[in-house]
Amino acid sequence: MKNKKRAALRYAFPKTVPVMVGYLFLGTAYGILMKVNGFGFFWVLAMSLFVYAGSLQYVGVTLLAGMVHPMYGFLMGLMINARHLFYGISMLGKYRDLKRFKPYLIFALTDETFSVLCSEKVPPHLDREWVYLWISLLNQIYWLAGSVTGCVLGGMITFDTKGLDFALTALFVMIFTDQWKGNKDHGPAIGGVVSSVVCLLVFGSDSFIVPAMVLILVILGFRYKRSLREEAQKVGQ
Amino acid sequence: MDSDMIVRGIGMAAALVAATMLTRFLPFVLFPPGKKTPPFMEYLGRTLPYATMGLLVVYCLKDVSLAGSSHGLPEMIAVAVIVVLHWWKGNSLLSIGAGTVIYMIMVQRVFV
Repeated sequence: MKNKKRAALRYAFPKTVPVMVGYLFLGTAYGILMKVNGFGFFWVLAMSLFVYAGSLQYVGVTLLAGMVHPMYGFLMGLMINARHLFYGISMLGKYRDLKRFKPYLIFALTDETFSVLCSEKVPPHLDREWVYLWISLLNQIYWLAGSVTGCVLGGMITFDTKGLDFALTALFVMIFTDQWKGNKDHGPAIGGVVSSVVCLLVFGSDSFIVPAMVLILVILGFRYKRSLREEAQKVGQ
Repeated sequence: MDSDMIVRGIGMAAALVAATMLTRFLPFVLFPPGKKTPPFMEYLGRTLPYATMGLLVVYCLKDVSLAGSSHGLPEMIAVAVIVVLHWWKGNSLLSIGAGTVIYMIMVQRVFV
C-alpha cells in the first residue's frame, strides 16, 4: 500500500519540476503583488488554496484592491477561465473511472497540471490515480509555497529573475512539440494555433480567448462531420 | 484593513472561487460516467488537447510585440531552441531548462 504511493510519487515528481520552477517564481511574484496592495498572508493563502488559478489570481489583485462588485469579478473569472472547459472535456475519458481523488483532481486542473496530465501515459505497473494525485498536489504545493514566500519576503528578493516566468511558456512549447511528435494527425494542433493567432490579431490580446475557443470548436466540428462521412463511405464500400 | 474591506474582499474571493469551479467542474457534471457521452464530445476529448495546447502557447506569447525594441526575437529564438532540442533529444527538463536560461540571458543581457 505504502509502496504504491511511494512508487507513484517517485514517478510523478520529475514530471512536475518545470511547473515547480514556474510556480515558485510566479507564485512569489503574486504574493509580493498582493502584499503591496494591502492583502497579507491569510488572503494570499486563501486565494492560492481555494481559487488556485494563476492568471485569474493576478487579475484578482486589481479586483480586490479596486473594490469592484463581486458580480463583475464572477463574470471576469468566467471569461478568463473559460479555457478550463476545454481541459475538462479533454480529461473526461482519463478521469472517468477515478474514485477517491476525483473531486480534488478536477478542482486542481490548472493550465500547467492539465498540460502535464493530458499527454501523460502512466505505465501499467503504477497506480494511475495516485500518479494524477501527486502531480496535481505537488503543483498546488509549489504554487502555495511560492505565493506565501512572496508575501512574507516582500521586496527582499534581489536576484535578477527577469525572464524566469518564461519557464511556463517553455513547458507549453515543449508539450506542444511532444504532442506533435506523438501524433500523425496535426489538424487539431494547427487549428488551435491558427484560430488563436487569427483571433489575437482581430480581437486583441485582452479578449481573444473566447472567440478563439469558438473558432476551434467550429473547426473541430467540421472535421468531426468529415470523419463521419469518411467512415460512412468506408462502410458503404 | 477595516471590516467593510474584509467583507468586500471575502465577497470577491468567493466570486472568483465560484467562477473557477464552474469552469472546471461543468464538463464533468454535464457528462457523468454513468451516462453515455455524446460521440462529438468524445471526439472533442480526443482532439481538444492538441488544439488547446496551441491556444496556450499563443496565450503565453500574446503580449509579444514585433514592433517593440526587441522585435520579439528573444521569444522566437527561445521557442525555436525548445522545439529543436525537444525534437532531437526528447528530454523535457533539458528543453525547458535550456529554453528558459537562453531567454533569461537574452532579456537580461542582449536585448536590454
